[in-house]
Amino acid sequence: MSFIDAMRIGWRAIGSNRLRSGLTTLGLVIGVSSVIVLIAVGQGTQKEVTDSIQGLGTDLIFVSPGISQDNASGTSGARGSATTLVLSDAHAIGSANIPDLVDVAGELKITAQAITGAENQTVDVVATTEEWKYVRDANIAAGRFLNSVDVEDNELSIVLGSSVAETLFLENDPIGESLRLSIAGGRVSFNFQVIGVMSPRSGNEGLELNDQVYIPVTALQSRLRRFLRNADGEISINQIVIQTSPDADKAIVKHLISEVLIYKHQVAEPDFTIQSQDDLINAATEVSNTLSLLLGSVAGISLLVGGIGVMNIMLVSVTERTREIGIRRAVGAQSKDIVRQFVTEALMLSVFGGLAGVAIGVGISILLDGREIAGQTMTTVIQEWSIFLAFAVSAGVGLISGIYPAYKATFVDPINALRNE
Amino acid sequence: MIKLENVERTYGIGSNAVHALTGVNLQIDQGEYLSIMGSSGSGKSTLMNIIGCLDRPTAGDYYFEGHEVGKLHDDARAQLRGKVFGFVFQSYNLLPRLTALEQVELPLMYQKIPNRKRRAAEALIQVGLKSRLHHHPNELSGGEQQRVAIARSLVVNPRIVVADEPTGALDTRTGTEVMELLSSLVEKESITVTIVTHEQLIADYTKRIIRMSDGKIIEDSHRITSEIVDRS
Repeated sequence: MSFIDAMRIGWRAIGSNRLRSGLTTLGLVIGVSSVIVLIAVGQGTQKEVTDSIQGLGTDLIFVSPGISQDNASGTSGARGSATTLVLSDAHAIGSANIPDLVDVAGELKITAQAITGAENQTVDVVATTEEWKYVRDANIAAGRFLNSVDVEDNELSIVLGSSVAETLFLENDPIGESLRLSIAGGRVSFNFQVIGVMSPRSGNEGLELNDQVYIPVTALQSRLRRFLRNADGEISINQIVIQTSPDADKAIVKHLISEVLIYKHQVAEPDFTIQSQDDLINAATEVSNTLSLLLGSVAGISLLVGGIGVMNIMLVSVTERTREIGIRRAVGAQSKDIVRQFVTEALMLSVFGGLAGVAIGVGISILLDGREIAGQTMTTVIQEWSIFLAFAVSAGVGLISGIYPAYKATFVDPINALRNE
Repeated sequence: MIKLENVERTYGIGSNAVHALTGVNLQIDQGEYLSIMGSSGSGKSTLMNIIGCLDRPTAGDYYFEGHEVGKLHDDARAQLRGKVFGFVFQSYNLLPRLTALEQVELPLMYQKIPNRKRRAAEALIQVGLKSRLHHHPNELSGGEQQRVAIARSLVVNPRIVVADEPTGALDTRTGTEVMELLSSLVEKESITVTIVTHEQLIADYTKRIIRMSDGKIIEDSHRITSEIVDRS
């Protein structure tokens, strides 16, 4: 019996009981499609996180106060919770002649309520210096960004992110207008003068930057000494952002920054954390790879269950078709012919299931991409390897599921099978 | 062609053992037309299964064309069945999903014989089913189904056709047609035909009648002589 004959017999057997065949393969269909969809979702999450990190700008290194990991007690405070980073650290890094270092900006982020005559909005206030504009490649739509005079003279100048300007000033030109920032639940507030509006940023970057406002780092610090300065009277900041040239060796730059700060802080161990964008991406990738693996394993289990379903039905099928097997044996079918027949049938079932699963999995992944679900925009990235893997596992599981029932079928005794009823 | 020597067949073991055949000696020559008769439980079906290589003797020897075939393993017997034997059963034993043509192709498929369709069609035409090639068993009458089964047994050009109660499920008229068809095989193709039956009317078609009782052959009569006697 040729393989084509076996396929023809299998096709007929599958076709003669479509409902059962459909239900049998359903387990594999669900298994294969969920492997593809879940891996696509996992990879989509990774892409989203990676994009948002890359959206911060290019070739950035971030210094945060304190060490978040591996401290002696085993408990780990949130990074940035210690107040060890001051504005002069940014200046020290900037003037240390570190090769490939382009710009340095220190920043302090706080949340405030921005109030105009009629409107108000919660905004992220970035208290920084004029270098910020270069570090983050910011473009000004109207007016100007903070300059060194603003910083030196503790000016109450403010630059608005594009959405903030739209919300608070609607159609009006905000330049020169007054805006009140209310800090610490309204206990402190200052009137700022709008000197510029940023160009809108798109994508993930826009989500962050368009809602921010920018003020001189000295503006609040000079007025709220106790609140925002450390014991030595230095201006506390919670991040230093450093831009390097594109071909810089990030490890060397990070090491030199670390040396500078250790020397300046007079400490034995770093009391700060330095991360490049690559570090952040690697960390995020690690998390989402683990997520993908987890999702894929869950889906893999359903694939296994689907395979058991195929084996179950094949066993039932062999029992039901004892007479058929007997007839085939009587007219000359050998064990290998019977094995081939049932293995081929199981293989066909699982290949159909696998193909349907691939189609449905890819279809769902495409449908989900860009959809908003529960307020979250889904991103799916279909992985070719996941399609091949899921299909191969499905076919393999089907093949294995067919072998035992087929082997059992060879024990059918033609005499018993053909005995007149 | 076929020679059984002291063939025994026992089912089960120990005190539950059933001795279906107890020392059967039988010789069948090429082109013979014989029937095996006996009441149910006489061992006639067991004997047929052994002759048709569907079953193996527990003891004794079975020579086919001088070769001991009683101890062959399953697959070797399957191959022998496919090449040399044709089977006709009381309940036809057709596969419900296949057309008449495909039923007849089946033995050729397992024998890897080429031109399956043409050979199968020829066999069906030979049994008078030219207009039924593409019908499924449920679209055929009992007599037609049995003729499909006969075509299936003939298509491999067997040396011997073994028929187990071939008319058992048929009415008298179609039963007669089937018997005439089987008789013609012996005459035209000189195929050995062995019929297992409990009906004397059916056995009367054959030239040799073997009667069995309690697993033994109790009578082996060649009817050629008796017919000559009758005519005179």
